[in-house]
Amino acid sequence: MHIIDRRLNPKAKSLGNRQRFIRRAKEEIREAISDALRKRKISEVDSGEKIRIRSRSLGEPAFRLGKESGKRDVVLPGNEDYVVGDRIPKPPPGRGKGGEKGSSDGHGEDDFVFTLTKDEFLDLFFDDLQLPNLVKTKLKDVRSPMPMRAGFTTDGSPAKLNRVRTMRNSMARRVALRRPSQSEIARAELELKQAEDEAPRDEARVATLSERLARLHHQRKTIAFIDPFDLKYNRFERVPKPTTQAVMFCLMDTSASMSQALKDLAKRFFMLLYVFLSRHYKDVDVVFIRHTSVASEVDEDTFFHSTETGGTVISTAFEEMLKVVEERYPVEDWNIYAAQASDGANDFSDMVKCIDMLDEEVLPLCQYFAYIEVGATISESIIWSGFDPLTKRRPHFAMRRVSAPDEIYPVFHELFSNSEKA
Amino acid sequence: MAKPKKRQVKPLYEGAEWNFETLNTVYNAVEQIGIGELGLDIYPNQVEVITAEQMLDAYASIGMPLMYRHWSFGKHFAHEAMTYRRGLRSLAYELVINSNPCISYVMEENSITMQTLVIAHAAFGHNHFFKNNYLFRQWTNADTILDYLAFAKDYIKLCEERYGIEAVEPIVDAAHALMRQGISHHPRDPKLLRPSHLAQQEERRRLHEEANFDDLWRTVPKSLEDAADQIAPATVEEDQLGLPEENLLYFLEKHAPRLKDWQREIIRIVRILSQYFYPQRQTKMMNEGCATFVHYEILNRMHQRGQLTDGAMLEFLHVHSSVVMQPPFHDQRFSGLNPYALGFAMMRDIQRICETPTQEDRAWFPEFAGNDSTMDTLKSAWRDYRDESFILQFLSPKVIRDFRLFTIHDEANKPECAVTAIHNERGYRTVRRLLARQYEVGVQDPDIRVTDADLSGGRRLTLTHSARDGILLDKSERDRTLQHLAQLWGYRVKLLEVDGVSGKLLREQEMLPLP
Repeated sequence: MHIIDRRLNPKAKSLGNRQRFIRRAKEEIREAISDALRKRKISEVDSGEKIRIRSRSLGEPAFRLGKESGKRDVVLPGNEDYVVGDRIPKPPPGRGKGGEKGSSDGHGEDDFVFTLTKDEFLDLFFDDLQLPNLVKTKLKDVRSPMPMRAGFTTDGSPAKLNRVRTMRNSMARRVALRRPSQSEIARAELELKQAEDEAPRDEARVATLSERLARLHHQRKTIAFIDPFDLKYNRFERVPKPTTQAVMFCLMDTSASMSQALKDLAKRFFMLLYVFLSRHYKDVDVVFIRHTSVASEVDEDTFFHSTETGGTVISTAFEEMLKVVEERYPVEDWNIYAAQASDGANDFSDMVKCIDMLDEEVLPLCQYFAYIEVGATISESIIWSGFDPLTKRRPHFAMRRVSAPDEIYPVFHELFSNSEKA
Repeated sequence: MAKPKKRQVKPLYEGAEWNFETLNTVYNAVEQIGIGELGLDIYPNQVEVITAEQMLDAYASIGMPLMYRHWSFGKHFAHEAMTYRRGLRSLAYELVINSNPCISYVMEENSITMQTLVIAHAAFGHNHFFKNNYLFRQWTNADTILDYLAFAKDYIKLCEERYGIEAVEPIVDAAHALMRQGISHHPRDPKLLRPSHLAQQEERRRLHEEANFDDLWRTVPKSLEDAADQIAPATVEEDQLGLPEENLLYFLEKHAPRLKDWQREIIRIVRILSQYFYPQRQTKMMNEGCATFVHYEILNRMHQRGQLTDGAMLEFLHVHSSVVMQPPFHDQRFSGLNPYALGFAMMRDIQRICETPTQEDRAWFPEFAGNDSTMDTLKSAWRDYRDESFILQFLSPKVIRDFRLFTIHDEANKPECAVTAIHNERGYRTVRRLLARQYEVGVQDPDIRVTDADLSGGRRLTLTHSARDGILLDKSERDRTLQHLAQLWGYRVKLLEVDGVSGKLLREQEMLPLP
């Protein structure tokens, strides 16, 4: 009788089927996701997502007998008080009669609900998004060598000794050279002792046996258990690895003109950017810089929730950002992204300085700089008209307007979409 | 039947935990009763332990753990997993494959009592049924199914690698849509499933390709190639098509003009699986009844011997009674007759009639009432009947009364249904006849045949659905299925729906393949 444990098999056996299913339902799922996002907080973005899709492409049609025609006889259990000749009014159409076969085969047109894992969700979420092209050249840059396994070698430090390989060599050599084992010697000793103890002592046999024992001892002594020849060490090679870290600067105007609602709007954009970057880079640092007429680096909570009074001088934020970059994020090691949110107001006298700084100092450092203007401004804001010319010269600078939470994702999508010529 | 005497033995296990050792002990004890006392005749058993996840997966792949990959299985999996996690449904406790050796899957989450139940149910009950029932013997080849599944899985994987998932998927989709029409009701040789035969086919295909491969064709302009194509099938005489043909998949596999060899092979795979499952559909109720009866009998005897503790027995009875529960028709949980309930009740009823018949039983079942050899009577029923004929032969008035069965007559265009028979002297035979008909797979599935295939001109394929009692096909499903069919056939497809008796045309629908 066999009882076989099949549990050892890889857990997600249905993976292949599931991938095929998701591929099939991609369009519907994506629609459902953007629907869901509209109603959802961005902070929940990277948890799993329950998806409800209604889809024809997922139906599995077959020739089935319809319910709207013909006559049939049905046998049912549990009669209570019916007698022959009773008439039973039918339930209104839509509900299957008595529930008979009502739900089980209705797969085709029904809503289909299931849960996407976090990874599947994010994959679909960012499916047609890409880091702006510029980044790729940067990614290919060679940095920070890492030791990688690269076969075996015959010398090295004891710490890198590969025991398995070494013992395998040793064993092969011992077998090949017929190094006697401990038990072989014990056996020979025993035989010799028996021969010696035998009543009429067979001297010739004792002599051969003792000679044989001596030979075995000799062999054992001369053929080493582990020969330097056997030793194998793991070999490592230092392979340069591309940098996979990024820092994201969030710049925001926190002057009184930015209401909490506008800040929330900006926050969603920042969070989306964060999730997006963390999919592409192993480490993502976030730096929050708020500014009024002075700028300072703050923690997240202060960034989003405290209000200050004062005018708005954007160049101070750029100065702060440059300072932080210089102190902590050398350009060679970090991919730098920046997103700026503002209501579009700036001190008029600062505009020239701020545009120059952005153009000449900030943008050359960044992989990508996104400016979003929150709030429904009808006329062109001072920043918008000031920054606008830059978008033509600087392909990795982009700006968009956002006025409601449900616009965030489309705008983000637009900023990072595949098709954008960067 | 001689009741086993109560003996005082140490229980096989205590508590709920199981390990491989107790599993083995339990198996041996079950085997002793199953084979030694009940005289079951089974394939060698192979019990495999799997996780709930794997069980769900197997569940989603039409009960076959070795199934090829397809998105619809992923869909069913997602659905099953969802309802399972929400606690809407408990998982099947076991899964068993009609193969030799017979493979039963048990879940690691089960308690040892559940494992005992599952082993008795699947490894002995179902196993006996698979090995002995005439339908399975006639239609399926238990020796080779596992090899065939492995072949199918590899073959489809190979096709996906060679032609891309995008090319393979529509073929499988279309074949799945026609799966229920992929059955021949007159058996061909089930031995065709032998792997050696598969090798032959591979060889045949290779030879065919070699014989037909002509590099010249590649240089001939496209239209000529089409013309050449047309000449070949036109020489096939129509009567050689074997019309009318009830097995649509078979017909497409053999005669669809535009399919490539690998596409035909995929259709064949789906058809063969459909055929393989056909006996299971026809014997669902009996099969479950047999297995449930066997586990009930075995566990009771184990308890009588003291091999099961009272606690274990209570756990078993709790599970058993929920398995054989039949909610009445007006209950929210009602979803048709529960095959476990009806099957088990009928098996127990036969036991009762054999051992302690009433006057009524003697009148209804003179052949075996009071013959006192329950197992022989049951075994011959399990061997020689399917659901429909089993009900006609063995459904007793007592079971009809116990289930309070009644029949209603329903006409689609009337606002009311009429009660036509209930559980009384006048109604028994009607109930029995109609219930048997309800279990007739041939009545549940629409009767659709290929009736005409124009191979020389427009190449239109004509199907005819002979409607029984005026029941037409579900319209939107019909159109979508027809679309699949048109894709496979490659040309215009027409479906006529005619009245089965008078032959009057009721509806028709045409479908063109999408480019």
